[in-house]
Amino acid sequence: MVLLSILSIPFIAAIILLFVKPEKIANNVAVAASAITLALSIYIACKGAANFDASWMLSLNARFTLTADGLSKILMLLTSISFPAIFIATSKNQVKNRHQFLSLMLFAQTGLLGVFLAGDALLFYFFWELALIPVYFLCSIWGGEKRVAVTFKFFIYTFLGSLFMLIGIILVYTHTSDQSFAYASFKAANLTSHQKITAFALFFTAFAIKMPIFPLHTWQPDAYEQSPTAVTMVLSAVMVKMGLYGVIRWLMPLFPDAFSAHSNFVVILSVIGILYASFIAIRQDDMKRLIAYSSIAHIGLMSAALFANNEIGTQGVLIQLFSHGVNVLGLWIIADIIEQQTGTRSLKEMGGLAKQNPTLGILLVGFAFANIALPLTNAFVGEFLMFNSLFQFNPWIAAAAGVSVVLAAIYTLNMVQKCAYGEVSEKMNKMQAPNMPAQFVLIVLFIVVIISGVYPAPFFDLTADTLQQLFIK
Amino acid sequence: MNAIIASALLGVLMMFASWIFDNEKTHTRIALAGLLALIVANVLQLNGVYTVPLDTKGMLSFTQFGLYVNTILFILTFLYVWLNGDEIAKIGNHAADFYALFFFILCGASILTSFNNLLMLFIGIEILSIPLYILTGADKKNLNSNEAALKYFLMGSFSTGIFLLGITFIYGATGTFQITTPILNPATGMVKEQLMHSAGLILIFVSFNFKVSAAPFHFWTPDVYDGAPTVFTSFMATIVKATAIIAFVVLFHSQFKALGYAWDLLLTFVLMATLFVGNITAVFQRSVKRMLAYSSIAQVGFMLFALYGATSFATEGILLYIMAYSVASIGLFGVLIKMKEYSFEAFNGLAKKEPLLAAMTTVFLLSLAGIPLTGGFFAKYYMLNAAVQSGIGLWLVVVAILFAAISVYYYFKLIQAMYFAEGEPAIYEVAQGYKYKLLVFAVLILALGILPNLFLSYLYF
Repeated sequence: MVLLSILSIPFIAAIILLFVKPEKIANNVAVAASAITLALSIYIACKGAANFDASWMLSLNARFTLTADGLSKILMLLTSISFPAIFIATSKNQVKNRHQFLSLMLFAQTGLLGVFLAGDALLFYFFWELALIPVYFLCSIWGGEKRVAVTFKFFIYTFLGSLFMLIGIILVYTHTSDQSFAYASFKAANLTSHQKITAFALFFTAFAIKMPIFPLHTWQPDAYEQSPTAVTMVLSAVMVKMGLYGVIRWLMPLFPDAFSAHSNFVVILSVIGILYASFIAIRQDDMKRLIAYSSIAHIGLMSAALFANNEIGTQGVLIQLFSHGVNVLGLWIIADIIEQQTGTRSLKEMGGLAKQNPTLGILLVGFAFANIALPLTNAFVGEFLMFNSLFQFNPWIAAAAGVSVVLAAIYTLNMVQKCAYGEVSEKMNKMQAPNMPAQFVLIVLFIVVIISGVYPAPFFDLTADTLQQLFIK
Repeated sequence: MNAIIASALLGVLMMFASWIFDNEKTHTRIALAGLLALIVANVLQLNGVYTVPLDTKGMLSFTQFGLYVNTILFILTFLYVWLNGDEIAKIGNHAADFYALFFFILCGASILTSFNNLLMLFIGIEILSIPLYILTGADKKNLNSNEAALKYFLMGSFSTGIFLLGITFIYGATGTFQITTPILNPATGMVKEQLMHSAGLILIFVSFNFKVSAAPFHFWTPDVYDGAPTVFTSFMATIVKATAIIAFVVLFHSQFKALGYAWDLLLTFVLMATLFVGNITAVFQRSVKRMLAYSSIAQVGFMLFALYGATSFATEGILLYIMAYSVASIGLFGVLIKMKEYSFEAFNGLAKKEPLLAAMTTVFLLSLAGIPLTGGFFAKYYMLNAAVQSGIGLWLVVVAILFAAISVYYYFKLIQAMYFAEGEPAIYEVAQGYKYKLLVFAVLILALGILPNLFLSYLYF
């Protein structure tokens, strides 16, 4: 039941918000709903396995099944942390029709939580799409200048991908012994090896577009740039994880042979993507685009480590799923504060943040270190394991991917330097009093970064069951 | 049987209603009452309570499926009249005349859902079609409407001829009109008869493609849908088309396997062509009404997947499909009627002026595009599942979803106009009551999308 309430609280709050116009109340409702969700998520994460099961579509034999194992819990936690953080951090931003905005955000949260908790293939597909629709409206209504075209590209891309996945689901479904969508039946589906490869390809397309893996990434930088920052945060902190989640939850256990047969191909694509995104990030002057490309590079590393198909890499990814979300969220919030107060995203026009607002300057440096995975930050744990696994997979590939660490240091530190240090620029002079709620969120997130970097053991414990299922049969 | 008799009687009754009552509102009320009576009569037979005892010598057979389809069609018509009553009254002099035609169409429809004999099929199709020619030309002073009616009539008669020729061939080969006769077995060596049988089936197939506007026999559709008064387009594109599709599916689930491999090829060609023409052409339309005409062709492409095999997915799926498609389309046309002009630009800024109306239009469009949580998703899902199950090859399904993705483009163009474009929408004043009526359609779509079982379980009791 707790699992069901995790889904229904944001959903009900979203419906209520459609009718609550005053900004203050709307804000409070959204924060309260997401905070309760967070509390429940933490409760579930501590409690052990949780399940919910109800009949849904009899003739199709699809059930409304929610399950929470380590993988689900990690992403559930990430989602539940991100949303209140976003709501509080952006509470001072000017948004037209805020109640509708918040309502759509909460619908998106419902969809995302559903994706991570669904234990039934059809339900998974349902939520997969449901997470997309509110985001489409959020970006198209509140986004930047080119929002409609860019968001549409994003929508069509991901929609097409998910349709491929739908065919994959149908293909597996028709070959299950009991004609059901249950996860266990899908795992035991009786497919020929040829069909497995087809189904693998269909599922993979959907996940690859979502992550995104080179060369399917073209929707992402534009979408990140044009979305309102609150939505960009959702997109890059949580939504891209849907693709990685899909790989761990569905691709690896369902089609293990096809998975290992294609791992070379995907790892190489991912590494190309990492290097490509890193080089572009170096050339970026727009802070939002820089973070977007840096995010592509990080996700690329995660997909490479996943497809290296060994235990250590998967462990790294499981931890990095959470860490990357927190880190990128912090960077976005800082970028958003700067943009809101100075009106610019161009690094050339920045400088002297550390003088204008020392706290923010320090936080920027802190999250930048986390972004390049320095020891003591949370990303170090995950990246270390992931590089380890890539090395086991193929030293040359590990070496190529390793270049990205250097590149990440270049573009991240370059950003810090241009933004935080130097003379106070004309634009930076406009910085007003610190945005207290946002800084509060940043500090909390930074504490999470440090704690999970110094003491990651709880995350290892949390994900132990997922790993065991995947690698010890 | 109940439905056929009741609808015919009610049609005649409606004709006299315009003679007795002057008020057009009264006509609408009588029609609604008549439709209710029709639904009751049909449900009585569906539940096995009472059936008019009439021996049809096996020419009609009343299956659970057919009777349930009847119920759906009647309820859809009821909802349609309930929503559009005022608009129908605006056209022509006597609304009752049109209602009479609706009842005759429904009479044809009830025959088409229960035929067991090619002659009955033919009669059903004719009873269904002839009132349509009149409805298309109902706006007598509008040249487009006249042109559309003539075009429809000419093309329709032509396809009727082809249909009759097909029946003749089949009769020649098998010596009977019954569709339940065993199909000619290739092993018996009656080569000439087999050839005739196949030729007959192909001719009927062609004619049916015309009726459901599948490519390459779709050319009449955009002009007729565009020329006809919008209220009647709404009726033709939904309830009538649904009936034709059902008859198509019923006939070919029983007969077409005789053609073997060649049949799959033929169907695949038509299906691909329909998806291609419908979707690609819809992308380039400037008028929403024409876009809907092409989209209705595209949707038929998906419905044709039900023809590949008589699986439970195919029969349940086609039911869901006609429900989801009809409800969404009637709703969309209901919004369209209220527009002063039909261009996409006319919808600019609708979300600001009429938020509820825009939200409901979005639900209808999402359903047509097949997005989860709306009825259209399960409709498409069942069709794809039926296709995969029949083993026709996954590539066809992949191509179909590529077209589904294209369809998102033109459906979302309207959403973009409503929500993201600035402007003053060219819309007439919409009464609050009308919006609530539309809300019923939107809720139905969502219900179909969340609990389709609610609508399918009736099939088995």
